[in-house]
Amino acid sequence: MYKIAKENLASLFALIHETNELYLPVQVAGQTNFAAWSEDACVDLDTLKTVKSPKDVFFPQSETLYTCNKEDNKLRITPEALVDAPFVVFGMKACDIKGIEVLDRVFLSDPVDSFYAARREHGIIVALACHEPEESCFCKVFGVDCTEPAADVATWMIEGELYWKALTEKGEKLTEAVKSLLTETCEAKVEAEKSAVKEIVEKLPYSNLSLEGWNGDVLTEKFNDELWNELYKPCLACGTCTFVCPTCQCYDIKDYNTGNGVQRYRCWDSCMYSDFTMMAHGNNRNSQMQRFRQRFMHKLVYFPANNDGMYSCVGCGRCVDKCPASLNIVKVIKAFSEKGDK
Amino acid sequence: MSNHEHNHGEHECTCFPGFKHDTLIPMVGVITDIREETPDVKTFRVNAPEGGKLFEHMPGQCAMLCVPGVSEGMFSITSSPTNKEYQEFSIKRCGMLTEMLHSLEVGSEITVRGPYGNNFPVDTVLKGKDLVFIAGGIGLAPLRSVINYVIDNRADYGKVDIIYGSRSADDLVQLKEIREVWMNTPGINVHLTIDREQEGWEGHVGFVPTFVKELGEAGQVEFGINTISLICGPPIMIKFVLGALSDMGVSKTQIYTTLELRMKCGVGKCGRCNIGSKYVCKDGPVFRFDEIDELPPEY
Repeated sequence: MYKIAKENLASLFALIHETNELYLPVQVAGQTNFAAWSEDACVDLDTLKTVKSPKDVFFPQSETLYTCNKEDNKLRITPEALVDAPFVVFGMKACDIKGIEVLDRVFLSDPVDSFYAARREHGIIVALACHEPEESCFCKVFGVDCTEPAADVATWMIEGELYWKALTEKGEKLTEAVKSLLTETCEAKVEAEKSAVKEIVEKLPYSNLSLEGWNGDVLTEKFNDELWNELYKPCLACGTCTFVCPTCQCYDIKDYNTGNGVQRYRCWDSCMYSDFTMMAHGNNRNSQMQRFRQRFMHKLVYFPANNDGMYSCVGCGRCVDKCPASLNIVKVIKAFSEKGDK
Repeated sequence: MSNHEHNHGEHECTCFPGFKHDTLIPMVGVITDIREETPDVKTFRVNAPEGGKLFEHMPGQCAMLCVPGVSEGMFSITSSPTNKEYQEFSIKRCGMLTEMLHSLEVGSEITVRGPYGNNFPVDTVLKGKDLVFIAGGIGLAPLRSVINYVIDNRADYGKVDIIYGSRSADDLVQLKEIREVWMNTPGINVHLTIDREQEGWEGHVGFVPTFVKELGEAGQVEFGINTISLICGPPIMIKFVLGALSDMGVSKTQIYTTLELRMKCGVGKCGRCNIGSKYVCKDGPVFRFDEIDELPPEY
């Protein structure tokens, strides 16, 4: 275990940046999101949750797949280069790292998505344990320990000092490279911090949310439940929940005519949108109730059925914070368990 | 890497270390023949620019065809894998992309990626069985791949009945092949029908589901325990054919069909064709009817 004083972090970032691209929470116009580090970036490690999850470091909101040129009526396809240089993501929280584990199940399953795989291969994650979990947090419900993030390096911010512990080979290598700025220390303070934060977690309003009734062979029962007809009503179909979500992975593939060839790109999409499933011959989910139900059924029933019971929600609470109609997965889970109690 | 021109049929190449050909990167295909089947259906023959097929496939599988700058769509491969020279796609004009495809000429290049999805179990379940193909309109496209596969491996299968109908005689696709090849292959009976009377049409008139029932009840087509039915057509036709078969005591485990939902990636990742815990592009498009019963009714 090592540590570094908070005021020396700028030097740490500069040193990491000498050999790696570095992404970390940066405040721009009052909003904090993961962005590339530069010397004059306003790094913000105090805000618990970035507005968007850091998933776009590995699965960008928009990325080019290839360019198609036409010369003498012949088409030529030039695939976009894959990421081939190491980069560091600093400050990811335990829930967002679990989100990457969910995305791995999608993009690294056969056939492997090589664009995503290249980023995962070259990315080094330095996690920051949560110090002050918020009321909208419910990661505990999905088995995430916010005091012990599973990354290449885990860090804890305690009384103006960052405690640093390598957990993987990649993490060891990075530690070696920045060792000149770190000092060795014992784990006592980190252990005390973990216990203190765990106590906070226990007291959070959603920490005891029950997933009882969502596992096993419940597809037909849940799908046909009358509750969806009431629950979906406030939904504006804006798709905010899917964009801030660390596990939503639906995407669109589109063409952009650059004037000098056609760029094929993919970008985030949302199952909340009416044209998501629209075909020339019709739409198989043509009501907002169906689309709303799809999102939660996918997270709580369909995804676990294909992935050894792993839910496609990590309890980050961004949908709780951001939905303009105050709809979210907590409301859905609660509505079903309250119904069960009656 | 950015100057690397890529048009390999295989999904992995060794042009430089570490390069993996992603399934989302297409190949270039050349349209080498276009047949006008009906007023709104054309069959396109596609080859690799250097000749030959772009890839191997199995009956029922699909591929993504794209006119760059317009859009990309999933189409079933209508030719049989036993055809070693080219692949064919029968495409109905009904939207932006298909309109564009219909405007192309022989020699035009498009992009193709695939094959995607599962296939009809031609080498397992269907072997040794009597087969009844039931198709409506453009729904013949995926079944044609199976029918020609069966014809080319005739000894492996029992009796074959093909029940095919369309709105009018002008809307029957592959009519030349039906008359010249299928009707002249021993052990294959073709039963054609059109929805309404039409001058010059001497054959059966009536909807496909009713026709299926008539043929079955008259004993002209047998739906025995050794029979497998393969259905493809408009959802309403499938629904009523299923009713007719069920009335005649055919089990859902003896019936296969294909589902069609919006697709973008073709590999079960983009989320569009997700239905229950299945992805139609990856786990389908071919499903046995009892498997469809387990899915939420969102198809």
